[in-house]
Amino acid sequence: MGEVIVVTSGKGGVGKTTTTANLGTGLAKLNKKVVLIDTDIGLRNLDVVMGLENRIVYNLVDVIEGNCKVKQALIRDKKYDSLYLLPAAQTKDKTSVTPDQMKKLTDELKSEFDYVILDCPAGIEQGFKNAIAGADRALVVTTPEVSAVRDADRIIGLLEANEIGKTQLIVNRLRADMVKRGDMMSADDVIDILAVELIGQVPDDENIVVATNNGEPLVGDNSLAGQAYMNICRRVTGEQVPFLDLEAKKGIFSWFKRK
Amino acid sequence: MKLSDIFKKKSSSDVAKDRLKLVLVSDRATCSPEIMQKIRSDIIEVLSKYAEIDMAGIDINITQMDTEDNTGKTVPALYANIPIKNMNHTAK
Repeated sequence: MGEVIVVTSGKGGVGKTTTTANLGTGLAKLNKKVVLIDTDIGLRNLDVVMGLENRIVYNLVDVIEGNCKVKQALIRDKKYDSLYLLPAAQTKDKTSVTPDQMKKLTDELKSEFDYVILDCPAGIEQGFKNAIAGADRALVVTTPEVSAVRDADRIIGLLEANEIGKTQLIVNRLRADMVKRGDMMSADDVIDILAVELIGQVPDDENIVVATNNGEPLVGDNSLAGQAYMNICRRVTGEQVPFLDLEAKKGIFSWFKRK
Repeated sequence: MKLSDIFKKKSSSDVAKDRLKLVLVSDRATCSPEIMQKIRSDIIEVLSKYAEIDMAGIDINITQMDTEDNTGKTVPALYANIPIKNMNHTAK
């Protein structure tokens, strides 16, 4: 039996979709069978971040409404045979799906996949309620800013109220230089405030922009963000992995390593 | 306070932490400062019927306390410390 993981944040633009794409791709690299579900109906984006936007035939709402079978709507990844995407509908809205329908779908999928990962829309309304309905675990993404941390706190409270078994935090877009000079909260500062388990800290890395431009998640490459995401994937599978030193400068050695 | 402290400016990340801690207390209690002020004045109004209150010593706050089942969860709790100067034995 697989695990259903929801990637959520409250605030928009903190990196939920990027995290979902990298988590899915990384777990597939670790030979896990993974399905990603974009639950952001009306504002789908996981398809473009994964580079699969040209292969969409059916979507989540088609599956829920019974217009097609689940298998017909799943898009296989370009690189990994064990990775699939169920895209959101673009022309419907969040009320096209109910929490009960989502739970039924994720329950069905987790009997066949090791991980069912849901990309949650921003906000705390219907879309959020749909995304968390069947979740066994939640990964809350935040950035080290007051607005994002405040929203993360609200989300953590709602996840607790909905009895989601496990909630872990990813602090995204950290800048080691700013943390060092006291102009940015560190991951530890954020943990201190939110009192939740940390599962990853991801540096603000321009390679992420390039990867998104190309529609190819960078997880597992030798960029700092790529390593950070791979570490998160390992931790998700239960492995103990020490946190990256985000201050690791691109010294002369790594310059030589680059092709 | 040391002389060096005067020149040491608080870092912006410390400011952010302090502001967040404050805002989250009221967020978690789902209680805005305006409502808090209303609760405060209502409590004073009611108590004033029965006792003379030391207005300067009043401390009313919403804080977090551990639940009684020891699960480590916290719930919001109203904390009130209201010094009484004198009891009015005839209610007004």
